Amino acid sequence: MSARRDAEPITIVMAGHVDHGKSTVIGRLLVETDALPKGKLAQVQATCRRHARPFEYAFLLDALKDEQAQGITIDAARCFFRTARRRYTLIDAPGHIEFLKNMITGASRAEAALLVIDAKEGIRENSKRHGYMLSMLGLRQLSVLVNKMDLVDYRQDVFEAVRRDYAAFLQRLGIEPASFIPVSGMRGANIAARAAETPWYTGPTVLEQIDGFQRREFPSSLPFRLPVQDIYKFTDQGDDRRIVTGTIETGTIAVGDAVVFQPSGKTSRIRSIEYFNGPARRAAAAGEAPGFTLDTQIYVKPGEWMVRADDRPMQVGTRFRANLFWMGHAPMIRGKAYKLKLGALRSPVQLIEVLAVLDATELGTVANKQQVDRHDVAEVVLETPKPVAFDAASEIEQTGRLAIVDDYEIAGAGIVLAGVAARDSTLQEHIRAREVAWKSSAIPRTERTAAYGHGAKFVVFTGADEARGEACARALERTLFKMNYKAYYLGMESVTRGLDADLRVPGDVRDDHIRRLGELARILTDSGQIFITSVSGVDGYDLRTLEMLNRPHEILTVCVDENPSAGLHTDLRLDPALDAEQAAAAVCRLLRRKNVIMDYII
Amino acid sequence: MNTMTHLERLEAISVHILREAYREFRSLVMLWSIGKDSTVLLWLARKAFFGHVPFPLLHVDTGFKIPEMIAFRDRVALEWHLDLIVGRNRKAAETGKTFPDGALTRVECCRALKSEALKHTLSGEWPRLRMDRAAGRLVPEENPEAFSGVIVGARADEEGSRSKERYFSARDRRSEWDVGDQPPELWRQYKTDFAPGTHVRIHPLLDWTELNIWEYIERENIPVIPLYFDRGDGKRYRSLGCAPCTGPVDSTASTVAEIVAELRTGKFRDIAERSGREQDKEDGGGLETLRRGGYM
Repeated sequence: MSARRDAEPITIVMAGHVDHGKSTVIGRLLVETDALPKGKLAQVQATCRRHARPFEYAFLLDALKDEQAQGITIDAARCFFRTARRRYTLIDAPGHIEFLKNMITGASRAEAALLVIDAKEGIRENSKRHGYMLSMLGLRQLSVLVNKMDLVDYRQDVFEAVRRDYAAFLQRLGIEPASFIPVSGMRGANIAARAAETPWYTGPTVLEQIDGFQRREFPSSLPFRLPVQDIYKFTDQGDDRRIVTGTIETGTIAVGDAVVFQPSGKTSRIRSIEYFNGPARRAAAAGEAPGFTLDTQIYVKPGEWMVRADDRPMQVGTRFRANLFWMGHAPMIRGKAYKLKLGALRSPVQLIEVLAVLDATELGTVANKQQVDRHDVAEVVLETPKPVAFDAASEIEQTGRLAIVDDYEIAGAGIVLAGVAARDSTLQEHIRAREVAWKSSAIPRTERTAAYGHGAKFVVFTGADEARGEACARALERTLFKMNYKAYYLGMESVTRGLDADLRVPGDVRDDHIRRLGELARILTDSGQIFITSVSGVDGYDLRTLEMLNRPHEILTVCVDENPSAGLHTDLRLDPALDAEQAAAAVCRLLRRKNVIMDYII
Repeated sequence: MNTMTHLERLEAISVHILREAYREFRSLVMLWSIGKDSTVLLWLARKAFFGHVPFPLLHVDTGFKIPEMIAFRDRVALEWHLDLIVGRNRKAAETGKTFPDGALTRVECCRALKSEALKHTLSGEWPRLRMDRAAGRLVPEENPEAFSGVIVGARADEEGSRSKERYFSARDRRSEWDVGDQPPELWRQYKTDFAPGTHVRIHPLLDWTELNIWEYIERENIPVIPLYFDRGDGKRYRSLGCAPCTGPVDSTASTVAEIVAELRTGKFRDIAERSGREQDKEDGGGLETLRRGGYM
């Protein structure tokens, strides 16, 4: 082994407008740093001879056949080289607008960027768009290469004009570039060696500049944030650990720290930090992906955040403003179900409002748009059906980042600007609109109650024990029916296979099932019946949704589990010792107490 | 600021990807070629899942593998409690439709014995063997299920086409790869939603180089086949494949530390790893042609 270890390697992305010469600069870097595997240069030169094409440095990168045919980089290709200081991974991001999602993929993996601008052609649309993308992606370590200086006779005034205009643009994005370097990829000017043609330039060469870039450090001084990726309980070989896992985004945590899970609000304490084949750890920090066992057995789901109880909590809400970059072929529209990915969370999400569409190249605002088109950068309001936890990106960049999935594809990416007070959630708006439009029956509710001898009610059995829930619900239907009450049981399965058969949206269709069940309850309770159902695996939010949708009629919730999950508050919790008949009788007693059914009728 | 070493960073990314795959795909399998890369991948799975490997390992056996590889495979499978599945192209082997039999070119042979065997083994159409750990031997598998998520140890530095791969990469029903239209990956968000019928390759080692692999083997003390080391004749294998198409290289490196030194500053720092693989040289983009057709 060598006595002196290199500095740790870093990843750099090459960005810039199409045909501004990124691949040529990279090809030249690879040759100058002697980075090509033996035979690679000869192989590409031989291919050029065979196809009767002059050799270009760019061909070294264009490893794929169809790319050479088109002459443009279609994806972010990686190559590797080293300087005296350290090793590098260089990602060649495509400059063509059609391949912006590939540029983003490349840039999001990088720690620093080289942005290439053609001296002769000057600043073009994607020079600016890429600059904007780099700032949104959080990549602020940037050097601008003013390329093809040989085509403008290495004139200082041309270089200075590009520098002045582009520096002004970057300033508006909050980026201060490390340097502007006049280069020629083709001639090798200022790549590895200082060019005699640019005596007026005193800054670093490209190699000197990249050796000056810093590696990305993980922000351990910010509040602790762990997106809960999964919870494992592998029982093989007698393992009884229940392990919460994820990659720590920010902050540090230690054994014994009190933690809060958001948005559920559940609390516990770190019992141990788990790591396979390594010494026991007392603490873990941003960037690491360990496991955690907790002091108490609490039920948390993947997608929640684990934060430290003594840190500032995350915001929790259903609505937030975001800056979104759209890559989907189809525009983002209102009323369509999308899937949100934020940390480890996956949630249905809707576009509520387009506040502004930014022109990424001019940083101006485009006039009133109702949708977000491909390659638009927009400020939007998004809403999730259930509360989610997030940070504003201005406070914690790492935990304010989101992606939007449209029909299996990641179509949008963006950052959370701020939470929006959910004074009017979509559900409430919907119910209000529905009730305004609702044509009430000619028979008043009081007359119906008098005629039937009982009031209307929506009775929901819930809990993890699905079979018991259904048995109790059916027993209640039979009991009430025998007493001449108008009671009707319908199981969730009958709804999903029937009324809900058209629901095939990607993501969580369960929320739609709940919604339709609630609408069905609104109709059946309006007809004066006692509508009974059983649904398993619901949480407090689902029950509240059912309660709201069933308004103006009333709901009665019954939990069949001995130990319901925290946050699930029901009107009645059944004693596990009761059989279905006894359970039905217990529910009847409660219905009597609530004056839904009346004793004197019997 | 938390300053992690490069290997620690690579490990954390790979672990994250493996957990993401396990979270999203119910019928998941990991390819295990018995070579150093996929053995590191297997080790990373034990990291991700705290000593467990909660999905089966699939080895596509061409029948021309170096015998020590098979012995190593079976020993490790029993030691680490692995759910090992073995698939192969029996028909080609039985009818002599292979390169060593003189019936096919090298690339055609790879396609038949690896790509075809893999495709039909993943889908469950061709018979599979499964390790019966109690008996310590492979037995025919009843009712093989189809796998929709396949974890593969490809590295971006191996060869041009691999440098364009995603961590999560969709293949259509015919195992084809649309290089020009790949999903974006950013901020640890990957494409994990797929239309029914799609199968997905997951590449947790994409950012690793050959040197990183050996540095990690050294750091973690991961067992590898002795074929990688010089055992006295001044030769060792740098890349393992089928015996007829993979040759040893001249090297006296006999320990992991010596291999690391050889790659870092020694004789192999400028020579591509797959230079010993003959099928790559057969047509202009041999490996790319194979990969589009489902080669890993």
